[in-house]
Amino acid sequence: MDELTSTFVNESRDQLTAMEDGLLRLEQNPGDTDNLNAIFRAAHTIKGGSGVVESTFIEAFTHRVENVLDKLRNGEIPVSGELSTVMLECCDHIGALLAVLAAGLPQPAAELQARGDALLARLSEQFLDGRQAAGGAPGAELPVEHGSDLEASGGVVVHTDAWHISIRFGTGVLRNGMDPLSFLQYLSSLGEIIAITTLADGMPAAAEMDPECCYLGFEIRFQTRASKAQIEQVFEFVRDDCALRILPPHSKISEYIELINALPEDPMRLGEILIRSGALTTAELEEGLALQTGTHTVTADGAAARPLPIGDILVDQKVVHRELVDAAASRQTVIAEKKAVEARMVRVHADKLDQLIDLVGEMVIAGAGANLLAQRSGQSDLMESTSILLRLVEDIRDSALQLRMVQIGETFNRFNRVIRDSSRELGKSIDLVITGAETELDKSVVEKLGDPLMHLVRNAIDHGIEGAALRAERGKPENGTVQLNAYHDSGSVVIEVSDDGGGLPRDKIRNKAIDKGLLDASATPSDQEITNLIFEAGFSTADQVTNISGRGVGMDVVRRNIQSLRGSIEVASIEGEGSTFTIRLPLTLAIIDGFLTGVGKASYVVPLDSVVECIELADVPGERNYLNLRGEVLPFVRLRELFDIGGEAPARQNVVIVQYAGHKAGLVVDALLGEFQTVIKPLGALFKHLRGIGGSTILGTGDVALIVDVAALVERASARESQRLSQRLPAAIA
Amino acid sequence: MSTPTGSRLTLCDDMTIYQAQAQKEQLLAALAATPHLELELSGVGEMDTAGLQLLLLLKRESVQQGRQVTISGHSPRVQQILDFCDLVGVFGDPMVIPAKA
Repeated sequence: MDELTSTFVNESRDQLTAMEDGLLRLEQNPGDTDNLNAIFRAAHTIKGGSGVVESTFIEAFTHRVENVLDKLRNGEIPVSGELSTVMLECCDHIGALLAVLAAGLPQPAAELQARGDALLARLSEQFLDGRQAAGGAPGAELPVEHGSDLEASGGVVVHTDAWHISIRFGTGVLRNGMDPLSFLQYLSSLGEIIAITTLADGMPAAAEMDPECCYLGFEIRFQTRASKAQIEQVFEFVRDDCALRILPPHSKISEYIELINALPEDPMRLGEILIRSGALTTAELEEGLALQTGTHTVTADGAAARPLPIGDILVDQKVVHRELVDAAASRQTVIAEKKAVEARMVRVHADKLDQLIDLVGEMVIAGAGANLLAQRSGQSDLMESTSILLRLVEDIRDSALQLRMVQIGETFNRFNRVIRDSSRELGKSIDLVITGAETELDKSVVEKLGDPLMHLVRNAIDHGIEGAALRAERGKPENGTVQLNAYHDSGSVVIEVSDDGGGLPRDKIRNKAIDKGLLDASATPSDQEITNLIFEAGFSTADQVTNISGRGVGMDVVRRNIQSLRGSIEVASIEGEGSTFTIRLPLTLAIIDGFLTGVGKASYVVPLDSVVECIELADVPGERNYLNLRGEVLPFVRLRELFDIGGEAPARQNVVIVQYAGHKAGLVVDALLGEFQTVIKPLGALFKHLRGIGGSTILGTGDVALIVDVAALVERASARESQRLSQRLPAAIA
Repeated sequence: MSTPTGSRLTLCDDMTIYQAQAQKEQLLAALAATPHLELELSGVGEMDTAGLQLLLLLKRESVQQGRQVTISGHSPRVQQILDFCDLVGVFGDPMVIPAKA
């Protein structure tokens, strides 16, 4: 796929999304003309672009969609649910056609084509009257469209999208020091030669043949985005010494016939060549020849003395001319529009961004090193300039990371369509509420989030929201609500999918889990533990398997996907009132603000976002691993013990209080060394299963510091402490 | 520059306009001498339209005179040109297609 096509595909996908969003909004608000215009523009841009990349199948389909939108815009047909459904299906179809183009196939598969035809038939039948179905108003027609051309000039357009170049080199070309082959090779740098036929018919018998003369001619099918002038320019040096004929894409058969007549070779042979090279189909050629013969018969029978040249009869030159000009003009407008958009947006390869971020990471480390040296030197000027430098590096780091950040809203908005379609299918009415759409997170994370979210939303629609009757019985509003929410919380992004449906049936899950051997019948797990059993492999409680969900393959896959992003997922549910799935993901994967701490000779980095406060470790009696923080029980972990670091603890130890997923815990360290920008270097595969360490980084001094995995430590501390506490509680009270 | 051995002719010079005149005579003479001419082109370095034209002429003459010409050992340049002009089928000679490095 060349660059232009890939740009077209990418931009068209954006336009499709915009169109889809618009159509969904249209249902809510049929009178919104701005929205309607935006939908029309989106369709129009796709159509225009498809013309530029010469993808006729997309152009033709989108054109009809545009016709319907045009009528809608002019108020000739009303907005209806039915219309939206068909139009949304059309969007899907255009998406599928784009995939065909992206795959580099010349035309869609028969099945897809049939689907498109069926959609078009529905469009014509329901929303366009007969006249419109035949091809719309002539003025709005594409110049390449069959119908209107038939009316305009009586010529039939040949349905191929390549140029046809016919060239016969003059005999003197070689002697003038020019080599026709090199011109052709240069031509192939402008585009793609689809077919080429070398003609040596002009070569005289061996005796007369002068080997220093050129007798060759070529018939070329050429696919390019270059203009006719550019193609002509290729042959500029031999312009006076060759017969060059160029037919633009979608020329009329008559023009090909004319070409055949004009060339020195035998017409039948040329016809064959054109058919073989794909310029014409057999049917087209026969039709053209039949027309030609017909014309001759008429002129022979008629009183007209002079037989009219075929071109005069078939082609109304003015009509052809105007249409060609129109086509050129509309292409230019499309290109100009494109340029205006491109001026504001730059598409950059993701690899380049990654490379930039890598470099920024190295710069952060180098900057920290320079800063350290400056401080050691004690020269205030140097210290001042390095601190400015460090601040700039920080800014660069932030903006570099920002480049990779995208708003989650786009991902959320996709679910409007999902909700609409599946609620119709299931006969439930469901509203989607989106909040926090402007929350940003790393693009690579967003991309991988789509599937898990889809599962959760579909589950909410299918299992969560009850049928209308049951809702009425439970005294809930008729419309169910699915809510998508996102926000930042101490260095991670939290995404919630909640519904006001039936909630998770606690007892049913418990029984099922016992059935499946996931839970011991005698165990007494908490509600939280029971509901989270749904993330176990092979768990599904739906009585009825619908095509939306219920095959029991969902939730464990969701959890695995989230975990592969270094995130976590949990569910909270109240039976009869609804459930909330909470996904927690790290904000970014490359660089973090860290808080540097020291234990013995080792350094540990705690992600700054998760640090709440630092306090001095007061005397804690015995081996107890919790302390009283303003009346709150705070479990803590001694890093010295945890990582088995030798040496004596200093007299004064510090506690860094960290927070993760609503739980707080303390990390006991020897020294607090302050803030430190950290480039995360992943640990080797050997340390994959190491708990408590999330990565490593290099300090300015060249030493390695380990990055503490706060989530794992907090979990460990709170689990351990609550266990011990529950055992000791009676004793403590006594 | 070339060594005709019986029905086999080996060209090991370029086939450009500079050699065209001489090569025309040589090729036609070789064709006239045998019902089946084998043309060995592995030594052809450069080739241009004039060279291509000569091959086309030779092929046409052979058909008209009821003789046979087979080309073997196409040099990379010859192969490239025949490919480019879509003439491989016209000559109908087996070609060794080198594996792409």
